[in-house]
Amino acid sequence: MEKKTLFDKVWDAHVVDTVENGPQILYIDKHLIHEVTSPQAFAELEERNIPVFRKDQIVATADHNVPTKDQHLPIQDLLSKKQVEMLTENCNKQGITLYGLGHPYQGIVHVMAPELGITQPGMTMVCGDSHTSTHGAFGTIAFGIGTSQVAQVFASQCLLLSKPKSMRITVNGKLKNGVLPKDVILYIIAKLGTNSGTGYFVEYAGDVFKDMTMEGRMTVCNMSIEMGARGGMIAPDETTFEYVKGREFAPEGDAFDQKVAYWKTLPTDEGATFDKEYEFDAADIEPMVTYGTNPGMGIKITDRIPEINDVSFEKSIKYMGFEKGEKLLGKPINYVFVGSCTNSRIEDFRTAAAYIKGKQKADNVTALIVPGSQQVAKQIKAEGLQDIFEAAGFEIRQSGCSACLGMNEDKIPAGEYCVSTSNRNFEGRQGPGARTILASPLVAVATAIAGKIVDVSKEIEEEELVIA
Amino acid sequence: MEKFEKLKSQAIPLPIENIDTDQIIPARFLKATNKVGFGENLFRDWRFNKDGSENESFVFNNNKYSGKILVAGDNFGCGSSREHAAWALTDYGFKVVISSYFADIFKGNALNNGLLPIQVSPETLKAVFNAIEENANTELIVNLEDQTFEVANTDIKESFDIDAYKKMCLINGYDDIDFLVSKREKIEAFEASRKF
Ligand code: SF4
Repeated sequence: MEKKTLFDKVWDAHVVDTVENGPQILYIDKHLIHEVTSPQAFAELEERNIPVFRKDQIVATADHNVPTKDQHLPIQDLLSKKQVEMLTENCNKQGITLYGLGHPYQGIVHVMAPELGITQPGMTMVCGDSHTSTHGAFGTIAFGIGTSQVAQVFASQCLLLSKPKSMRITVNGKLKNGVLPKDVILYIIAKLGTNSGTGYFVEYAGDVFKDMTMEGRMTVCNMSIEMGARGGMIAPDETTFEYVKGREFAPEGDAFDQKVAYWKTLPTDEGATFDKEYEFDAADIEPMVTYGTNPGMGIKITDRIPEINDVSFEKSIKYMGFEKGEKLLGKPINYVFVGSCTNSRIEDFRTAAAYIKGKQKADNVTALIVPGSQQVAKQIKAEGLQDIFEAAGFEIRQSGCSACLGMNEDKIPAGEYCVSTSNRNFEGRQGPGARTILASPLVAVATAIAGKIVDVSKEIEEEELVIA
Repeated sequence: MEKFEKLKSQAIPLPIENIDTDQIIPARFLKATNKVGFGENLFRDWRFNKDGSENESFVFNNNKYSGKILVAGDNFGCGSSREHAAWALTDYGFKVVISSYFADIFKGNALNNGLLPIQVSPETLKAVFNAIEENANTELIVNLEDQTFEVANTDIKESFDIDAYKKMCLINGYDDIDFLVSKREKIEAFEASRKF
């Protein structure tokens, strides 16, 4: 029998038809939408008088543009307000489920859908947001689409696509203390570069991903796009099934068991081939930070900025205010952001709180904690993490994308550094002139406590990262 | 969508690598709810100084250069999937972008909006930049039917790849929605036949 990869199996199960000499028609199981990339798609449909084809397979939330303070009050920014209202209006008109501001399920799309059990193994999922790759953690083909494609899915629940090539990245061994999933993916991107994945769908395999929690897997898959890949996937296993089980929209009873039986057939067959393969050793990975303006410009926290003679490289470190050969360790930092669809799940905050407990943030630092969803926010309170953050001087906000892209008021001032758990350090991403240093939640909170970049791995060896 | 067959135009050179969609159209301009007007904010933070005045050193503000073709450095359009990047480029008046590499999603978005991304070899890209630097009035010729790209009055000529289906769409001015809606029966049959 033909040996198939996880990606092949899920893709092939969703092909409706193949256009001669052209793309395939791929069926989409779940379509997530938000306020920023949907209005033009709704308008397009209306203009052409085409109805939404499968409204029950669409779920909406407001996340990109929402304030993270006083969400019960009317939105101050008029344009944001209009976008959010438009989403509500469009969803009402079309009968689409919306978890809008104030709803207990509202949150960043890529946090909300997995925690509600909307994301399940073996599905195809899309959203007008590139970090849709997050859902690949469940063994799902999930990827970001443009607004024209949002309109296509509205109109037909399908997309026209050419099948991407496949890549496998294997990391075997055991991660060192203080090395988190975020470090793993920053390490991989630093090794392979920001366009190594273009045209590919990635499967992450090996001990490191097998041992990872679902939250960690989501962090890794989230950033697949930062190496140019359309998406990333991890084979579903007991960890996945356990996570999905019992969630709001997960199948129950026999239906669940039948699904699990199917999901177990999905992992890549022994002997299946990939178009490209890479292998890394877990022992080589250390806490990472980025020093430039793309996520591939990352180094081990103890390393120096490389000395590369290249115009784009020089432009980038000039923007960051760094010099070639310089170390980031010891750099004073005034802003820390723990949030975004990369690192705003409960596990991220547990790790952060375990480190922070009993400590105080440095006076120079403004430290923002932005939960990925209302449910995460609730859990932070219930588990007593909120008290730890507040006692340490961290500011806890309401859920949304926040300073990840600075569309709302949560912007980093020009020229300031922000150690951020988000996924993009592009020029101006966190506000005009802002300088972003990407890192794990652990490095971020350690920075907030020290007021400068410090090597967490040293401390962690002595400390247990568990809340007693 | 407008039909696309041939184009002869001057070009604007932007020899910067890894131009991401946040530079093409910064996130703070994504709040609009329709597709028009994004051209005004194309490359906003490069075109304008902080005080709102024009940045004279940026090529878009140099009268020497104009045209419907943008020639950009390697890996153009990386970063976010925002289609606003394609709208901003078309709204500004571009019909073609030439680079030695395009980010996947950007490429798809461009084609869906009648903007043709042409990938050329790094050598050709360099030659095009040189030709424009020598003479800002240099004209580039794109022939979609033949899938060729050339620099007028030089021997720089290269053929380019384009998906056969996308080419048919551009030439006829259709888009994917028209096509998919016509497949409704097949899609329904697929839904009915699924086990999982
Ligand atoms: S948190 Fe950031 S990366 Fe994630 S969906 Fe929101 S804006 Fe995009």
